[in-house]
Amino acid sequence: MAKVWVYADIGPEGPRPSALELLTKARDLADTVEAVALGPGATGAAAALGDYGAKTVYASDDPVFGEYLGQPAAHVLARLVAEHVPNLIMFATTYDSRDVAGRLQATTGSTLMSNATDVLGLDRARTEILGGTKIVDVSLGGPEPRLVLVRPKSFAAEPSGGTANVVPVVAEVPDELLKAHRVERHEEPASGPKLEEAKVVIAGGRGLQDPTNFALLERLAAVIGNAAVGASRAVVDAGWIPYSHQIGQTGKTVKPEVYVAVGISGATQHVVGMKQSKRIVAINKDPDAPILKLADLGVVGDALSFLPRLIEAIEARES
Amino acid sequence: MVMDVVVLAKHVPDPQGTPELGEDFLLRREGVDGALDPGDEYPLEAALRITEYHGGEVTVVSMGPEPAMTAIRRALSMGAHRAVLITDPALRGADALVTARVLASAVRRQPFDLVLAGIESTDGYTGTLPMTVAELLGVPAATFARRVEVNDRIVRTERQTEEGYDVVECPLPAVVTVTAGATEPRYPTLKGIMQAKQKPVERLTAADLGLSPEELAPTQSVIAVEAAPQKAVGEIVQGDDAVTRVADFLAEAKVI
Ligand SMILES: Cc1cc2nc3c(=O)[nH]c(=O)nc-3n(C[C@H](O)[C@H](O)[C@H](O)COP(=O)(O)OP(=O)(O)OC[C@H]3O[C@@H](n4cnc5c(N)ncnc54)[C@H](O)[C@@H]3O)c2cc1C
Ligand SMILES: Nc1ncnc2c1ncn2[C@@H]1O[C@H](COP(=O)(O)O)[C@@H](O)[C@H]1O
Repeated sequence: MAKVWVYADIGPEGPRPSALELLTKARDLADTVEAVALGPGATGAAAALGDYGAKTVYASDDPVFGEYLGQPAAHVLARLVAEHVPNLIMFATTYDSRDVAGRLQATTGSTLMSNATDVLGLDRARTEILGGTKIVDVSLGGPEPRLVLVRPKSFAAEPSGGTANVVPVVAEVPDELLKAHRVERHEEPASGPKLEEAKVVIAGGRGLQDPTNFALLERLAAVIGNAAVGASRAVVDAGWIPYSHQIGQTGKTVKPEVYVAVGISGATQHVVGMKQSKRIVAINKDPDAPILKLADLGVVGDALSFLPRLIEAIEARES
Repeated sequence: MVMDVVVLAKHVPDPQGTPELGEDFLLRREGVDGALDPGDEYPLEAALRITEYHGGEVTVVSMGPEPAMTAIRRALSMGAHRAVLITDPALRGADALVTARVLASAVRRQPFDLVLAGIESTDGYTGTLPMTVAELLGVPAATFARRVEVNDRIVRTERQTEEGYDVVECPLPAVVTVTAGATEPRYPTLKGIMQAKQKPVERLTAADLGLSPEELAPTQSVIAVEAAPQKAVGEIVQGDDAVTRVADFLAEAKVI
């Protein structure tokens, strides 16, 4: 009987949405769906994980998993794998899960596929390459469990109304694995809706010319309401805006009602993070910019003169 | 505190070019211009700064076909001291695990305090290879660093997170992956380019690393490629009507 595991990331408010997305998909793939949750909040998250399909949750609330990168979680996961022998483990593409999956691959000799956008079976997954223009099916061989890192928002999360049996896990991590120590956490103050949850995302790129022009995007977001500001990597690398705003391959994946790309060329690595948006508006002065081919509505023109007029027009409608 | 630093650096098809797949579903690499992965210039720059400050040497380790020498020459002309290139026809189609085994075996041949790598390659972007290498080497990894500093055999990094950053401290030896934007990579100088020609490059095959055919067999293969459904062409507007059209569009989408 097939057994699929989801390695569930747990945040301060319970399981991350990606864990619930993966559990929803896992129900299509196997009769036995189980989750592994390691770190503070794990046991508390079991009810939600059960609600989305996990019949068993292997849980440990030990703080060691939050304090040290990669090694403790990979060690305990490898132990659980040897004991319970799942056929497939799905991970969400987060930094912490990448650390764990990358290490587990070395211990078990299992194949690890990254950037999956769909999982077709216990030994088959799908990805998109070249900016989503090609769909590629990959067969996964070698020793089980096969490991797949799935891009966020690849599946819609739907509860199944189940309950999970919690199996407490004792950490027992050897001291020599307590090395890469997270000594401080810094969170950037955030206002307004989260990028991943906002109804509208307004993203800016190098075409904005100057970091101060990001204020135009903030103003547009404010008049629209329930809108968040995103960015291309070019401007994040240039230090115009913190990394937490980056959208794309190396940043966040968003799927809003409307995505507005301002002065962004539409490089493949940017597009993978936003192309699932319901509607796309692009403003670019270059009529040949790739982003205009993706847009439902494209404006060819100078963003710096366009934005103030758009803000005014929306304000006029709303008053 | 003299440091032995290894940088894992990959040769990738020209990032400005249009990549194509061959009949075998592998990325076409023949006859395609290539370069040092731009993402690997950041760990290289970090390595050069660390050894300039503490003393020590930088060894570049790369796995790839013969043209990967282009990437190695670039790294040497930026200032790396020596390089190791693993080239072997048996490695064509190597997956992430095979690549990690090869790189870990090559790294293990010399003393190392730090192994620096990019967070993901431009052409493959699996983004997990350095962690697999770390596990094979039995060392910790401080990943996704936007800042790297070494003091008293402790590497201190700022780890980029979805919400901000964490400070991570890790004893050496360790693997560290470095993000773009961490440091501004230098351009090779004329002198650097001249000196690069004299620097030692060791060439190895899979057999030199003592890896068995089983360890080199990929466990992942592409079985089908198809074109994604094309999106219908959108509407393009410009000039004075554009503002009204966009406002209408937002209203139709019920977001204003
Ligand atoms: C491994 C890897 C991962 C990556 N990950 C990401 C990622 O996660 N996210 C990401 O975004 N990128 C990523 N990139 C980088 C990506 O390849 C592009 O370099 C980047 O997206 C370009 O940003 P941009 O569109 O802002 O800049 P550019 O490509 O420079 O485009 C600027 C655009 O602005 C337009 N413009 C200029 N002036 C104006 C004006 N006045 N008004 C209107 N338009 C104007 C120009 O016509 C142009 O189209 C990654 C690259 C690699 C190799
Ligand atoms: N063939 C290779 N040779 C040397 N280093 C590599 C190779 N492939 C990947 N790397 C290193 O691993 C990092 C992550 O690559 P990847 O996991 O393939 O996305 C890269 O930035 C390089 O530092």
